[in-house]
Amino acid sequence: MAEEWLGVEAAASGGESEEEEGQEDGERRHRQLLEAVSSLSGRRRQKLAERTEASVQVSEFNVSCEGAGEKLVLSELLQPIRPKSALSSVKKELTRVKQKKAVELPLSKEEAKRVVREAAYVRTSKDVGKWQQVVLQNRRAEQLVFPLKQEIATVVPLEQVASGWKARTPLEQEIFGLLYKTQKPITDPLLTPEETASLQAMSLEEARRRRAELQKARAMQSYYEAKARREKKIKSKKYHRVLKKSKRRKALKEFELLHKSDPEAALAKLEELEQLRMQERMSLKHQNKGKWARSRAIMAKYDLEARKAMQEQLAKNKELMQKVRVELPKEEPGDVPEEDLASVTVPTLPAGASETNPWMLGKPSSPAEEPEVQEGLGDVAVPGAAECKEEMEKEEEEMSEEEALLQDFAQKRHARQQRAGSPEGQGEGLAAPGSVGPVCCRGGQTKGGPGGCFLPSLTQLSCSLPPCSHGRCFSPVTSCVGADETEAVPELPGDGPIQPVCAEEQASTGIEQPSQAQEEILLSEQLGRVRTMEDVEALASGEPVEEQEKPAAARAEKQVQQQQEESRASGGRRARKPPAKKKIISLQAMLSGKTQEVQFSSLPVVVEEEDGGIDQRGVITEAFAGDDVVADFRREKRKAEQAAKPQPVNLVLPGWGEWAGTGLKPSAKKIKRFLLKPPPAPPRKDQHLPHVILSERRNIHAAAHQVSELPFPFERHQQFEQSIRTPVGATWNTQRAFQKLTAPRVVTRAGHIIQPISAEDVPDMGTAAGSGAKPALEIAPQRQEQPFRRPRKRAR
Amino acid sequence: VPRNYDPALHPFEVPREYTRALNATKLERVFAKPFLSSLDGHRDGVNCMAKHPKSLSTVLSGACDGEVKIWNLTKRQCIRTIQAHEGFVRGMCARFCGTSFFTVGDDKTVKQWKMESPEYGEEEEPIHTILGKTVYTGIDHHWKEAVFATCGHQVDIWDEQRTSPMCSLTWGFDSISSVKFNPIETYLLGSCASDRNIVLYDMRKSTPLKKVILNMRTNTLCWNPMEAFIFTAANEDYNLYTFDMRFLESPVMVHMDHVSAVLDVDYSPTGKEFVSASFDKSVRIFPVDKGHSREVYHTKRMQHVITVKWTSDNKYILCGSDEMNIRLWKANASEKLGVLAPREKAAMNYNQKLKEKFQYHPKIRRIAQHRHLPKSIYCQIKEQRIMREARRRKELNRRKHSKPGSMPLVSERKKHIVAVVK
Repeated sequence: MAEEWLGVEAAASGGESEEEEGQEDGERRHRQLLEAVSSLSGRRRQKLAERTEASVQVSEFNVSCEGAGEKLVLSELLQPIRPKSALSSVKKELTRVKQKKAVELPLSKEEAKRVVREAAYVRTSKDVGKWQQVVLQNRRAEQLVFPLKQEIATVVPLEQVASGWKARTPLEQEIFGLLYKTQKPITDPLLTPEETASLQAMSLEEARRRRAELQKARAMQSYYEAKARREKKIKSKKYHRVLKKSKRRKALKEFELLHKSDPEAALAKLEELEQLRMQERMSLKHQNKGKWARSRAIMAKYDLEARKAMQEQLAKNKELMQKVRVELPKEEPGDVPEEDLASVTVPTLPAGASETNPWMLGKPSSPAEEPEVQEGLGDVAVPGAAECKEEMEKEEEEMSEEEALLQDFAQKRHARQQRAGSPEGQGEGLAAPGSVGPVCCRGGQTKGGPGGCFLPSLTQLSCSLPPCSHGRCFSPVTSCVGADETEAVPELPGDGPIQPVCAEEQASTGIEQPSQAQEEILLSEQLGRVRTMEDVEALASGEPVEEQEKPAAARAEKQVQQQQEESRASGGRRARKPPAKKKIISLQAMLSGKTQEVQFSSLPVVVEEEDGGIDQRGVITEAFAGDDVVADFRREKRKAEQAAKPQPVNLVLPGWGEWAGTGLKPSAKKIKRFLLKPPPAPPRKDQHLPHVILSERRNIHAAAHQVSELPFPFERHQQFEQSIRTPVGATWNTQRAFQKLTAPRVVTRAGHIIQPISAEDVPDMGTAAGSGAKPALEIAPQRQEQPFRRPRKRAR
Repeated sequence: VPRNYDPALHPFEVPREYTRALNATKLERVFAKPFLSSLDGHRDGVNCMAKHPKSLSTVLSGACDGEVKIWNLTKRQCIRTIQAHEGFVRGMCARFCGTSFFTVGDDKTVKQWKMESPEYGEEEEPIHTILGKTVYTGIDHHWKEAVFATCGHQVDIWDEQRTSPMCSLTWGFDSISSVKFNPIETYLLGSCASDRNIVLYDMRKSTPLKKVILNMRTNTLCWNPMEAFIFTAANEDYNLYTFDMRFLESPVMVHMDHVSAVLDVDYSPTGKEFVSASFDKSVRIFPVDKGHSREVYHTKRMQHVITVKWTSDNKYILCGSDEMNIRLWKANASEKLGVLAPREKAAMNYNQKLKEKFQYHPKIRRIAQHRHLPKSIYCQIKEQRIMREARRRKELNRRKHSKPGSMPLVSERKKHIVAVVK
């Protein structure tokens, strides 16, 4: 039993522990050992039939396991032949299953949505971000022209329009009937059949003939020209005389013939001749002015013939100048009251006297300066009038000059004016008034009568006007303050360089103001309405009364800061002061030194007038004979210097430490001790400028017009000053530059719909995301770069 | 004309230009007469307006009694009247092609109408009528496709051919007062709801994108037609907020000048300015990049302005108000209308430049900035200034008496944002 058990045991162990399967030899040996042991006991065991060879009939009921000497166990039968490999895969799977974790719970709905949203947002903002470059470009653009897509107006050919249109009304039908009758073409080419026929009719031969004709004509023309030139070059006087005479005779003959045959034509011819005469008279050819006439005049003394020729010439002249007298209008001469005449003549002067008017000469007056122009009108009369006076005086000796003048004018004036001008013609005494006539009557109102009548009034004017002109000289100086300040400016008799004064003073002194918050309130809203220009002006002059909260806020913030960090704040404040002072911007700072230029421009005036023989300076000195301007100025300057000197402070208290009373003076020691002498003032800036008083006091009248604080986009006051200094007007810039400078930032066209921007408007949108070098939009051609461009104020 | 540009001959350029600038400014103020005309004919307050996308002279308006009128601006008269809804016309928009328009009303319907009036004898009937379940409060049409969006309980996106929405977008449960399509990136939508938030949607993914919650409710928003990612929201707290949709944490600019709730906003087609209508009976024009208005329009008779539009030629402003009138204003108050001669134009440009150049000079600034205000608004402004000052002072005091750093300074831009929800 024991071995059986053992065998079963072994088998079971063998079955269970698959690793020992390989040790069959060991087992056999073990069995043999067991048999040997059992035989030793002597008691034989009954042997079971052992099947050793294969038989056909094998009962399923007695399957023996005799060989092994063990009991057959069902589990052994179930054992796979090669159990090792199959189970290992199962095991692997088992381990794998063991390693896998459990599936998590699905996300809640909100969470899931949130994830989707976030992803979508990121994507969308990236999509939208591709517009960034375009947007920035448009914001920075100097000029934007809307609509962005410029639709090109296509011109539809007329034929298309006509073919699509039908005549409906009877009138239209009638017109069309007419058109069709003449076979007016509607489609291209726009030629009638007749025209095409005529075009076709012109053959090649005909064209050649025509060309030959043309060539011939050209040749003839050039021959004729050459001949004429040759004849003209012939110097022989005799030849020319003969030629002229023959021509004259011929003309006479022709005229007589004409007179007989066609009296009207003859009359016309006569008229023509009269015209010729008038021209001749206007040209004043026969006036002993030519080279020939002058040579004759020299020769006349010795040569009889020459004298004769000259007389002939004079006679001719007389004949030419002879004219049927026209009665002058009655009201013209002296009846008119003088002041009336003056009032009429003076304004009409400038056009004629423009040469004598320095202001008209030097610079064309700008349209904006109306008051100055008015003044100019006033003083313009002076040189002209003075001239008149002079001419009265020097009539005789200045004959030739006068005549030259006359000739000058004669070229310009009309026949009508001439008729009214000097009836006596050659009268030399009357030539002078005649010359005045055109000068004065250019404007046309008075017909330039004999002139003598209003000369006195003019001379009167000339006496009364110099102060006016003097004032005029300084008017540019006074106007420099700006808007409506001209009357408020002090009169300076000197050369008037008051401008630098203000400029310097502005630059050096100034008030510090609380720094405004950077966000500006754009409107100052009030209860009052502004309807008229007067209201607006009142507004300009009024003080800004509305309380602004922002500065206050800023100030309060500053206070808090101070309280929190006192020491630093105070230090900071001290540090801030000087730049604040520097930032004071002056309007006049940009103007410094302009007065010199004024002087310069007025200089040639005087010179010219002296050339003309008029001493305006003399007139002025005469007018101001009483006052010595220069000395006055010097006195004034001395006074200003004294006033500007720092005064010593007297802190002497009589009675302290010594007796005091009437007749007692504090001791010298004490005075020396307590009289505080201030440090000497820095040298005056006008030290070396004799004509200038530089006052460093602040001018409140000018301050009202000045910017007291640096505006936001500017970083330094120089930038701002620069931006103000460059003029943009057409007075200072060429037309092209003016247009460029004043180009508006946004251009829209009336009646055009502006569509939102789209990707088609921006061709390089796809690539623009990174580079964006090309301008996105149409920019006005060749915009000039300004010296300082305001950066866009955009917080982002 | 040959000219000598020698500077010695033309002295005092700055004072002369200054004088010219001063005169130009004065003239500008004298000629500033912005009011052009009033279109009257409605029998109840004007609640909404729409521009015709193809015709400058046509404008549509819907009133609180459900009446829709189409106006001809050149003749300044009504050319067509439709009784479109029962109750308010809440919103209206024109189709991008200009052939038809949509209205939504209190009777829970969306109606599509033909733009041209019916032939003689034909009934005035909508092309389509969609019956909804809830009230629609606003409508906007897609800029390029046959799609429109309504808002109310939720944002619905509709195909024109269908009677049910393509998709409904919701986020939160409050009623949405306005929805607007982005004119550039046309798949984007913005809406504002009465729970104080502004929500952006993407139509492609049919999902909301982000939500920003402000202190108070936003009434309307409007996208910038030239800058795809910029929009401006008209808020109940008297301010307008310009946002960059990529950075919603703080607005790009806070525009403050109104003294009552801002009810409507519309951009100028150039994208440089926008106009806002307010409950304080005034219309203001703001530059996009400035915090304060450059212009304020008001008349004695104009009551609460409910809706405002900037015409698409950038020249005029239309505002519809409570007292049944639509008013036509010039966008640029002192502009001369009509054809300008070249010299006139040059002079205008020059004056403009001069005004710009000397705008910082006190005299000129004072004239240029002066505006007349009715007493009510003026007093309210003053009152609010005092209130603001008091609030600021209180905050300062608090900060002064609390531990340093415990009360951080919050910028004006951040102050009004409650939260940004992803």
